[in-house]
Order: sequence, then structure tokens, then C-alpha cells
Amino acid sequence: MNQHIKASGHRTAINRREALAAAAGLTFSFLLPVGKDESAFGQPSGAMRTAWLTIRQDGVVTIVSPAAEMGQGSRTSLALIIAEELDADWKRVQVEMSPLDDAIYGNPRYKIMYTAGSASVPTYFTPLRLHAARARRVLIDNVAEKWGVPAAELATEPGVVVHKLSGRRMTYGEIASFARVPAVLPAVTEADLKPAADFRYIGKDVLRVDVPSKVDGSAQYAIDVQVPGMLYGSVLRAPVESSSPNEVDKQAASQIPGVVDVVTLPYGIGIVARTPEAAFAAKAKLKVKWSAVPGSTFNSVEALERYAERAKDLTVEGKVWDKAGDVGAMSQAKTTVEAVYRTDYAYHAQMEPLNALASVSGSGDTAEVWCGTQAPTIARAAVARALNIGPDKVVLHAMLLGGGFGRRGHYDAEYVVDAALLSRAAKAPVKVIWTREDDIHNGRFRPMTAHYLKAGLAADGQVMAWRHRVCSEEALAFQDSPRFKSRNERAIFSMLGTEQPSYDLPNRLIDHVRQVDGMRLSSMRGTGNPPNAFVTESFIDELAHAHKADPMEFRRGLVAKVPRALAVLDTLSGMSQWQRKRSDGRGLGLCFRNEDGTLIGMVAEVSVDRKTGVVKVANVWAVIDAGLAVQPDNIAAQIEGAIVYTMGAALSERVTIANGTVEQSNFYDYNVPRMSDVPAIEVKVLSTANPPSGIGEMGGNVTGAIANAVAAATGARVRHMPLTPERVLSAMRA
Amino acid sequence: MVEFKLNGKPVNVDAGEDARLLWIVRENLKLTGTKYGCGTGLCGACMVHVDGKRAFSCQLSLSEVAGKAVTTIEGLSPDRSHPVQKAWLAERVPQCGYCQSGQIMSAAALLAETPHPSRDKIVEHMSTNICRCGTYPRIVRAIERAAREG
Repeated sequence: MNQHIKASGHRTAINRREALAAAAGLTFSFLLPVGKDESAFGQPSGAMRTAWLTIRQDGVVTIVSPAAEMGQGSRTSLALIIAEELDADWKRVQVEMSPLDDAIYGNPRYKIMYTAGSASVPTYFTPLRLHAARARRVLIDNVAEKWGVPAAELATEPGVVVHKLSGRRMTYGEIASFARVPAVLPAVTEADLKPAADFRYIGKDVLRVDVPSKVDGSAQYAIDVQVPGMLYGSVLRAPVESSSPNEVDKQAASQIPGVVDVVTLPYGIGIVARTPEAAFAAKAKLKVKWSAVPGSTFNSVEALERYAERAKDLTVEGKVWDKAGDVGAMSQAKTTVEAVYRTDYAYHAQMEPLNALASVSGSGDTAEVWCGTQAPTIARAAVARALNIGPDKVVLHAMLLGGGFGRRGHYDAEYVVDAALLSRAAKAPVKVIWTREDDIHNGRFRPMTAHYLKAGLAADGQVMAWRHRVCSEEALAFQDSPRFKSRNERAIFSMLGTEQPSYDLPNRLIDHVRQVDGMRLSSMRGTGNPPNAFVTESFIDELAHAHKADPMEFRRGLVAKVPRALAVLDTLSGMSQWQRKRSDGRGLGLCFRNEDGTLIGMVAEVSVDRKTGVVKVANVWAVIDAGLAVQPDNIAAQIEGAIVYTMGAALSERVTIANGTVEQSNFYDYNVPRMSDVPAIEVKVLSTANPPSGIGEMGGNVTGAIANAVAAATGARVRHMPLTPERVLSAMRA
Repeated sequence: MVEFKLNGKPVNVDAGEDARLLWIVRENLKLTGTKYGCGTGLCGACMVHVDGKRAFSCQLSLSEVAGKAVTTIEGLSPDRSHPVQKAWLAERVPQCGYCQSGQIMSAAALLAETPHPSRDKIVEHMSTNICRCGTYPRIVRAIERAAREG
């Protein structure tokens, strides 16, 4: 392969600025569509360079990509979008992690470098194309001048400018060797961009640049980084957030061979040792008494019942999330349906336990860190705050992530700070590795939620009124308090996916009642969507059932004014043979979702063991319309993966908290899907003439299809996710 | 001092005999393709071959591999040319990639014993290995391809 990702990816912004200065005299105005203005330049060496791409004399094009790579493929997709519009030869493209600079590389939605929310391709798509189109125009204009021909007579093929009338050709590398760059660039608008019919790469599949390194063990994650003199760290964290160590007996831990230091931190006790195993063993020997905090008495099973009571109590004022018409139309309904739903805490279980390596200088005023993060500028800032130095004193190496799923973009970047604090204390580089048990005990979970729903149907089955109230803690408030405040303290992560933009619900009120119990919380692949898909799509089926309507037909009625949605449902109906009766106690369940502009429909086919209540998912059919499909096979892979990931939360994955302490410890009591659990999955990617929308999270809506399939198979509605065997049996007996 | 063969070459390791092979391979011998995932033999990220059979390296002490031949992902082939690796590329299996060394080592051990496994056999054998990105459908396809194309 000619493409590669540099292991320790990023270069500092300083290098770029130094390079800019070095190129003084050759700089030209190169308006960046993303973030602030930035100049590009032809370097004296002959390379042509912008903030996003460098064309070398040998024809190699280096493209930087600001997306964290955690398997979702957007690092490749963003570079490919640039290559497409530049008309670069992909075989001669190298992809590198971009420097850390929010002003240039920040995600257009979040304004910082933050890979989350299935937002990379949708938000960068047009800005990156515009940027690459400007670079291509510079190449063409230089050739036009050199050959004395009108620019309009020139075209490009991958890596080459072509003059068809004379048959002359010049490679991008040759052009880079002499390119003069105008002070004012030729204007490029969206109308000038390459027509979709001419795409060479978009819509076809390329091998993701990170894949080859992932079949031979050479891919570098933070846990793999080794530097001279490195020690190993392990941290015993307070079981409840904001609790701190009152009394510590370090003696037994200190006596473990290989232990170098035992460090009291504000939030726990750190071990520094010569081997990972010594650090883990010493941590296990620590005896700590923790300060009592309000969360110390928290019990999740009881609390969820409290949440449910709050959700039902409509005299409590909620914070409105989505509202239209007059939900009072409920009183005119022929039939009303009412239900309470619950969902439990879920844990990310990314395969790489959290870890980071930090090397803090002896004087404590500079630091170098290596970590896997979805938000490198946030992590750098967190380390700088913890060390009380400026962010410019921290060099951060953004490594590949062994799974992210929302766990690695938090404001405090606590697992990175662990390494920084222990390195400062030990005056040596320290790699802190969380054990799997640490990763669960200190987990930050998708919050448990309680839901009250009521809807009214007219005689013809129209949904006259829709009332949905969610009661929960809000994960964003915990994981990123400044962002939560800047968003008017809306419970974004709890509520995403309660709105249903494709459904015709003219009179609706959807609101949130916030609980504050101090638990550690996080976004998790899809934030509110997987639980809310379970709740709302189950309830839609309950309405269909009340109206004695087929769930597919009922939804077709709800999306009657949305042709794209109808197309998804029609395709899905055919793929799944929805009309065909299933035997042997099997059930088919449907869900349809419009998540952030991506339309996805899924049908699950399940069987339920009537003696044990165990649910087996046999098949899942999925149809996705995410607009223009940039990398169709990667979209299919993401849908498959998110279906597998989220079927765990749907059926088996459950975290419980007693006396503020997480009760699960490892994969023996937190059951994630294995190959034997996985259904046959068939994904149909519809590429449509719409802007690309997100894909990484959307398969998580499968919760609704699975729940509806269980109801179809058993005749019993389970209103508590995960649908554990006990809950299924209990619903069947009710 | 414990001596064993690592990817065909003899190595001597001076560490406690109870030290786990996983950490010795990764931190002492600097072969980091073998991953730590759970430390309890439940996820398979640490899978290696010992005398040709797959083994959870997080569960093996150094003394247990004395005199034996250990193969890690780095020793499977010098250039991604093992049939399983070729099939993995062709099916574009990896996502985050963290579990994939272990998956590939498990798959290679399966095909060494059973060159043409049934679908049920593949699922049974591979259910030792967790992939949180959910690449299981592609893993199955890749193993079937490797069995077919060799």
C-alpha cells in the first residue's frame, strides 16, 4: 500500500507556522473554508502546500485529516473527499493526522477537533471540497500560463493536468516544482465543484488507510507506545465521583517488588512501578477509606423507580425538547395509549482499556502525552490544566483508538491526566493502563432513563397527539460541563432521538425532567438514540396494535409526506419479506428512524425460548439513506457494527450501581455480543442525491426492531431495556 | 531466566516466572501486536500460538512456555501474506483493529487444524474472541475465504 498513517500522527502547529515563515515571499492568500483564514504557499523546495495538503515534486500528495480514527473510517473519507476534488491519484496519496489547531481543523459543527456524533463527513464534506477545488485551480492556472493556453481548455486526470487539444500532459509533481501562486485565488463556488457523475473515488470503495496495519500488528495505539525510561502506572479511583481518599494504608502496596512510588492524588491513589503487573498487584493491595459524598448511597434499581414516578408526574415542569401544535388534542382522540418505559445504564466496553503515556519534564513546565482521544485539543487542555501550564506547553500525540464510542471525548480527559500527574510525581515517563476492571468500575455510562408516553389516535388511525417525557440524569452535564452550559443546559444526550422528524405528529410535546445523582455518565454511540429508538418505536408499535394496523403500514401512514422515508420502508419490506408469515414462534420487528438527517429502517427476526426467555436474533435487514454514499462498503460495515454493538444494550448489557459502586467487573458479568450471538445481517445502502449525512451511530436504532420482534414473537411487550430473559419471562406471564 | 522461541528465534527473558507472557511479549520484547483486553482470558485480544495451538497469553505464565515455540501476530508472516491476513484485507474486516491480532491468531489456529471448517465450527471456535466494533460477519466471511483460497 502506498497510503499510510504515521504512527504518532500529529505535528505541532508550531511546525506549520515555522514553515509558513520559511516560505515568506511565496505565500498567497488561500482562503480556508473551515475556520480561520490560512495562507498556503509554494515552498522553496518546490512543494505546493496548503493547510490541508502538500504536493511534492515526486507527485506524492500528503493530505491531513483531523478525524480521530477509531474504526469508523472518517480519517480516510475526509482525505478521499479532498483527493476527489483535487483530482489527485489516490495511489499516490498519503494520509496523516492533522496538527492540533481548532481554528483550522475544528469540526464545523463543534468548532473544535472532535470526532463524534457521526458528524465528520457531513460537516467537512463541502468545505473540504471547496478547499481542494481552489488548490486544483491553482495547478491549472499555472499550467495555462506556462503553455499559453486558456485555463478553460485544461482538464485534470488523477495527478495530471491535461490539454486535450495538443495532447500535452503535466503531472502535479512537475507543477509543484515551479508553481507560482497568485495573491488572490480564483473564486470557487459550490457550482464549480465536480459533478457527482464525474466522481472517481466517492461512491466507490477504497481500502481504509489504517486497515493494512491492523492485520499485521503494526497499528500503534497509545497502549503500544514505549519511550526510554518509561515506568507503568495504575490508579485506584474513588468508587464515586468527587469522593476522595481520607485514609490510605500504602504499606502492603509499597512492598510489592517493582513498585517505585505510591502517590496520593485528589481523586485516588496512584501506583508507579517497573512493570504493569507490579502496578496492578500493588493497586490491589491498597487499603483506602473514601470520603462520603451524596452519591455514596445511590442505588440504581431504586433510583430508576424514582425516575419512573417523576416521569409520570406531569405536574412537574419539564424542559421542552420538541413541541408543535397543541398536545391538548389528546382529549379529542378516539383511543389513547399510555405506557412507561425504562432503560438501564450501559458501558462502552471499547476493547482497548483506557490508557495514556505522559512524559512531564523534571521542572514540570512542559509535557508530552500519547493517547487515543476523540477530542485531542480538549485532552491537551485538560492535561495543561492539571499541570497548571499552558496548552502550548503540551505536545499531544493523537494515536489510533482501540474503540471510542463516545468514551474518549470528555472535558476532563481523566485517563490522560492520570498519566500526567503520575509522570510529574515520578519524574519519569509513565504509561498508565487501566485494567478492564478499572475501565468498568470507573466507567462513565449511558444513563438509565425512565419514560412516560401517551398518544391519542383518531378513528382513522392518525396520531392526533403525542406526549413523551423523559426523566434521567444528563450525560453531557457530567462529561462536558462547559459545553452543557453553553447549550443552555439542555439535556441533549438524553433527548436526541425523541424527536421524530419524518413522522407526521402535528400535536406533540416532548420534554425532559432532569435528575442529579452524581453518577459518572457519558455519551455512548448514538447518545439518546438507541434507548429512545427502543422506547418510541416500541410505542409506535403499541399504537399500531391499538389500531389493529400492520406496523409497516402504520409507519407508511406516518411518513406519507416523506418520499425518501417511503423508499426506505418499501426497500426494507421487500428485503425482509415483511409480508411473509414466520413460523416456529419467530417474530418480525420493525423500526424506522430519521437520525440527524439519515433515514434508516431495520427489521429484526427473533425467536424466543418460551421456557427461559432467552432471545435469539436470527436476522437483521437494514436499509439506510444517508444521502450521497461516500464510501458505501464502509457505510455497510458501520451499520453492521453498530447493530452488533447495540444488540448488546438491547438484550444483555446492564450496569447496576449499589451504594454508589459499580457492581460489574469484567466480561463475565458484563455480557457483550460474541460471534455466536450475531444474526445474519443484510445492509442495503441507498445512495441518494442529498448531502451526505452521518452513518456511524445509526445502526444503533436496532433496539426498536429487536423489541418489536420480541413482542411479535411472544405477544408480550417488554418495556425495560435490556430485554433480559427474566424481563421477557415476566412480560409473558403478565 | 526463561528460554523459549519467539517467532522462530530463541529468546531469554529475565523476569519472575509468574510474569504473564502477554506483558513479557509486549513490554520486554516490544512486540505490541498482541493486545491486553481483559486480563482474564475472556476476550481473546491477547491470543498467540504456543507450539502451534492458540493460547491466551494473559493466562500463561512465563514458566509455562519455557522451551516452547510462541508465535505472535508479528510472526504469522513477514508481509501480511498468510492466507488469513490476505482474506482479512480482501474482506476489509478491521474497524478499530484492537482485537484483530487476536482474531487473526484464533482464525489461523482454526484453519491449521481444520482447513475447511463449517460455518458452525467457525462460530464455535471464534466465540472466544470479542470484537466490540462488531466485525463478526466479516470475520466469518474472511475465514471462509481463507479456507477457499488458501
